[in-house]
Amino acid sequence: MTSTRSTTVEVRLPSRMGFEKVAMQTAASVAKLMGFREERIEDLKTAVAEACINAIEHGNRLNERLSVGVVLSAGTDELEVKVMDDGKGIQKTPEKPDIDRKMHGEEDPRGMGMFLIQALVDEAEWVAGINGKASYVRLVVRLDKEPETV
Amino acid sequence: MQTDTKSKIEQLTSPSGKSVTVLRFEGDISSTSKDAVVGAYQGLSKETVKTILLDFTKVEYINSSGIALVIQVMMEAANGGQKVSVFGLSAHFQKVFTMVGITKYATLSADQATALAAL
Repeated sequence: MTSTRSTTVEVRLPSRMGFEKVAMQTAASVAKLMGFREERIEDLKTAVAEACINAIEHGNRLNERLSVGVVLSAGTDELEVKVMDDGKGIQKTPEKPDIDRKMHGEEDPRGMGMFLIQALVDEAEWVAGINGKASYVRLVVRLDKEPETV
Repeated sequence: MQTDTKSKIEQLTSPSGKSVTVLRFEGDISSTSKDAVVGAYQGLSKETVKTILLDFTKVEYINSSGIALVIQVMMEAANGGQKVSVFGLSAHFQKVFTMVGITKYATLSADQATALAAL
């Protein structure tokens, strides 16, 4: 992929758990073509999978008549991923999970997806759709060059 | 679409002579893995099993719901006075487990030999 123009890949997933892996593998393939390091590809895979799980479970509420759209836009030095659903979007920013509270049963052991997304990508933005529909999360991972060997 | 999670229980002895129960997982660990993860743990005796190793060597995909199941096992083990250690995670999932704070309650080791030696 040597073109300087943005290249777009789109995937449409059924709102069924497990299909996040299709988006995850597609994102990994695009990132690999762009020259991302393996470590960043693993970060991207987890972030994309979690974004799709949220869209399937919370956005589309596991309604298989609705689909989750995933648009990967490969620029010259960054990969943008938009994951779209038919939900209302989220109203507050994610909090860091508190392992002590989880271990003491004071916090749901779940609820770490948004934290992981934010921690693993360079930019994460949740956008609520107009009229409570067509919400999306936008992730950006920048291509950092391998350090040059002298 | 999701790969089933398989779990297997094995008894080992650490180099220091401790009796160790290893829960070996295989496949994906996600929201559908409750029986294979929490169920397998709950099948162990709290009276006789005091040290547990969780083996992720053959696990390729873990999502946040799967991590939540691991936390549930750790929580129940802590309440029962059992020690839990983890090994076999990829470098990425070692990072993820560290990010969510699991290392505060469980040691992460690269492989079984290292995990057993640390007991």
